[in-house]
Amino acid sequence: MLDYGLFAYASKDEVLEKSSAYWNPGKTQFWIDSGVPLVIDRREGYFLYDVSGRRLIDVHLNGGTYNLGHRNPEVVAALKQAADHFDIGNHHFPSLARTALAEALITTGPEGMSKVIYGSGGGEAIDIALKTARHTTGKRKIVSIVKAYHGHTGLAVGTGDDRFSKLFLADRPEEFAHVPFNDLAAMEAALRGRDVAAVIMETIPATYGFPLPEPGYLEGVKGLCETYDALYIADEVQTGLMRTGELWAITKHGIQPDILVTGKGISGGVYPIAAVLVSERCAGWLTEDGFAHMATFGGAELGCVVALKTLEICNRPETRSIVHHASDLIGRGLERIQRDNPGWFTGIRQNGLVIGLEFDHPEGAKHVMRQLYANGVWAIFSTLDPRVLQYKPGILLDPSLAEELLDRTALAIGRAAEEARS
Amino acid sequence: MSNGMLRRAQWAARAFAGYDRAAVDRIVAAAGEVAARNAARYAEWAVRETGFGVAEHKTLKNVACSTGLLAEYAGHDYVSPRADAATKTVSVPRPAGVVLALTPSTNPVATVYFKILLALMTRNAIVVSPHPMAKECCSDAARTLAEAAVAAGAPDGVIQVVEDPRLPLIEELMADPLVSVIVATGGTPVVRAAHRSGNPALGVGPGNVPVLVDRTADLERAARLIVDSKSFDNSILCTNESVLIVEDAVADRLVSLMRGAHPLSAGETGRLRETLFPGGVFDPRFVGKDAGWIAGQAGIRVPAGTRVLLAPFDLAVPEEPLAHEKLCPVLGVLRVPSAERGIDAARAVLRIAGAGHSAAIHSTDPRTIMEFGAAVPVLRVSVNAGNSLGGSGVHTNLPISMTIGTGYAGGSSAGANLQPGDLINWTRLAYHVDAPFGDFTGLDPWSSPEGPVPRYPEPSNARAVPAATAPATPAAAGPDALRAEIRRLILEELASMARR
Repeated sequence: MLDYGLFAYASKDEVLEKSSAYWNPGKTQFWIDSGVPLVIDRREGYFLYDVSGRRLIDVHLNGGTYNLGHRNPEVVAALKQAADHFDIGNHHFPSLARTALAEALITTGPEGMSKVIYGSGGGEAIDIALKTARHTTGKRKIVSIVKAYHGHTGLAVGTGDDRFSKLFLADRPEEFAHVPFNDLAAMEAALRGRDVAAVIMETIPATYGFPLPEPGYLEGVKGLCETYDALYIADEVQTGLMRTGELWAITKHGIQPDILVTGKGISGGVYPIAAVLVSERCAGWLTEDGFAHMATFGGAELGCVVALKTLEICNRPETRSIVHHASDLIGRGLERIQRDNPGWFTGIRQNGLVIGLEFDHPEGAKHVMRQLYANGVWAIFSTLDPRVLQYKPGILLDPSLAEELLDRTALAIGRAAEEARS
Repeated sequence: MSNGMLRRAQWAARAFAGYDRAAVDRIVAAAGEVAARNAARYAEWAVRETGFGVAEHKTLKNVACSTGLLAEYAGHDYVSPRADAATKTVSVPRPAGVVLALTPSTNPVATVYFKILLALMTRNAIVVSPHPMAKECCSDAARTLAEAAVAAGAPDGVIQVVEDPRLPLIEELMADPLVSVIVATGGTPVVRAAHRSGNPALGVGPGNVPVLVDRTADLERAARLIVDSKSFDNSILCTNESVLIVEDAVADRLVSLMRGAHPLSAGETGRLRETLFPGGVFDPRFVGKDAGWIAGQAGIRVPAGTRVLLAPFDLAVPEEPLAHEKLCPVLGVLRVPSAERGIDAARAVLRIAGAGHSAAIHSTDPRTIMEFGAAVPVLRVSVNAGNSLGGSGVHTNLPISMTIGTGYAGGSSAGANLQPGDLINWTRLAYHVDAPFGDFTGLDPWSSPEGPVPRYPEPSNARAVPAATAPATPAAAGPDALRAEIRRLILEELASMARR
């Protein structure tokens, strides 16, 4: 019996049946077929527990949503305390919590950022960024990379792979140009007409399997943006909040973006919120017509309190140090595992704790995902490149869990090789 | 907040535990050097911040706990494994891990230096939680040593400091399972809390030092040493003498020889008692103040240059305030008919407070010295030495220490002066008695780091080939030259002390 007070199920099978019947049959069936029939029950720190009681180390973390761990005690305490005083708030009025978070984001953000605009999720935040770029430049066209992913909302979905737009007749190739990643010549060709409002880039494209920008590529893109009067939008939804060992990965490239988008992790994993940081040049519409973009839930005050605590934890010198230590240990451990699996485990794409593991098989990461799941680790394949496994350990990881994770990973990668080749 | 510090320390400890002796020596030398260089600055800062003690004396302690400590342990090795063919065992040192160090207000920076250097010698990460009254100087000192250690190759986060030490936070830290050992110096409540925390703890109790002078003593020398020791750092140390017990036959002569000590009349003693202990409770305004100022507060006129006030009383019993620890240069004086009665009186003083800590005796009769040592419940007795620098090993051959174990008598698990060895365990590889022993010559499981630890998280496609060179370190003299230099500095300091 799975009894949660407000609702109860006789068994896990009943959950799966009803999930198919009332929620999403496609997704429900996909995971059953993939050998990952996970229904998450308890969650704590970097652990998830299936309703069967099985423990999993979470290195998916929903793209960094659980950077600080599931139900991080400090974040939960902040939320509980806030709930005694705040609610979502009224989005029309100046607000205590929204102002405090905006100030914190600007003062800790990359140089040149001036104002914060809130959304209730990453997709909306991307839409806000694109609308802002169009208003600022008076141009309509947006350039992103092939296999990009920036969310599923109206404009954001246009920047991404056809996989998510054609189904809904939402692709708009005339407004959204896609150029190959790591190809400066292609980028220049796209920008040369000076009709582009903005280039939007994830600092490391996550859903594409974390291919790393070649040294100099992002800097080159930023240079081209300046040359051809396009804005540079840094999508830091997955790479931000200390995952790469600095608060925002884009600053490791010495780039001052015109617009920076954060989501996922900023929620602390407990209250949805997303934010767009814009430079003074891009902030014009906020003065011209402050009501131009509205969202009842955007910048909900409970979310702002949670985000403020989350940002504070991410910014601690202790957190930065832990990420550096953990990146070093995990990086060396993965190199060792790679040496033991030549011809199968073919690449490590690592920037801090943003890691992609590359396998020599068109669906290699799905095999590894399944073997990891069987061995107590939850990590997900890259939707847009299933050769690559997304491997994202938490930023407050401790050394013994890191060692345990590597042990489990080594075994699973070896077994996945046998499975894939059989 | 606390959890982040301890987790960071845990990572640093994990990395540090793999360092070899050469790397550890470089780090210890760098931290010790910067500590010594700043000894006077932090001594003055500590006096300014706490209002306690004498900067010159604190400088001496800071030098003892940097230069002196390095000299004392220059030949020691807490890193390399040792193979012993005779017993067919190999011993591998294993650092504790994360040391949580509580440091006091009375002896602030010296204790910070001391505990940090001990942690570095033994490859431990350390989190210093300073007493709130001394948090500025202690935090700054810890940061200075941390920077030097990391610049010399230590892992990032090896030394951290609690910037805002409040009691709930300290209690939370002490109880955290990430702490490997607590080393607590401070008042009884803090030490008891450390022992209660559930974590291994080396806590030390308070002192209340009796000093016995018998008829065989070299009175001139005893008089000088007692006045110097009692006035040292305005008597705020747990090792400063608290009650002078003197045989009647030599009492007048001893007092007359105690230059700088002013004997109070019975009436003056009464006024001083009322002033120091209004309502029977010690007034903390007097902690670490000088004798002239204290006398002034009690309306007592004393000659210029008075360093110690001698306050006679009759019986060491709990209701006699002058028989308690005084933390200022007021020395209780008890006259006794014989050395035997003097030993009884010393026991009486320690029944009130300070059991397990320290005592002193000035005598040339080994029989009395032995009887004193056997009967008086302390774990160190300074013999013909002042106890403030005797008990802490500066003027005796005891280990130099700012953490004086009070043992079972004093409610502590540590009975000796804290030493580096207390912060490690040894893994013993023990062969079957009949099995042939292996040849371990030249085997060292540890290594020097190949650059900053951890390496900066460069993207993997931009990572430079690892540099083969060790991190830059200050030019290190050979160990013998270093030791000679350290000795010279200490002797100079001590000589200048004695000339005063």
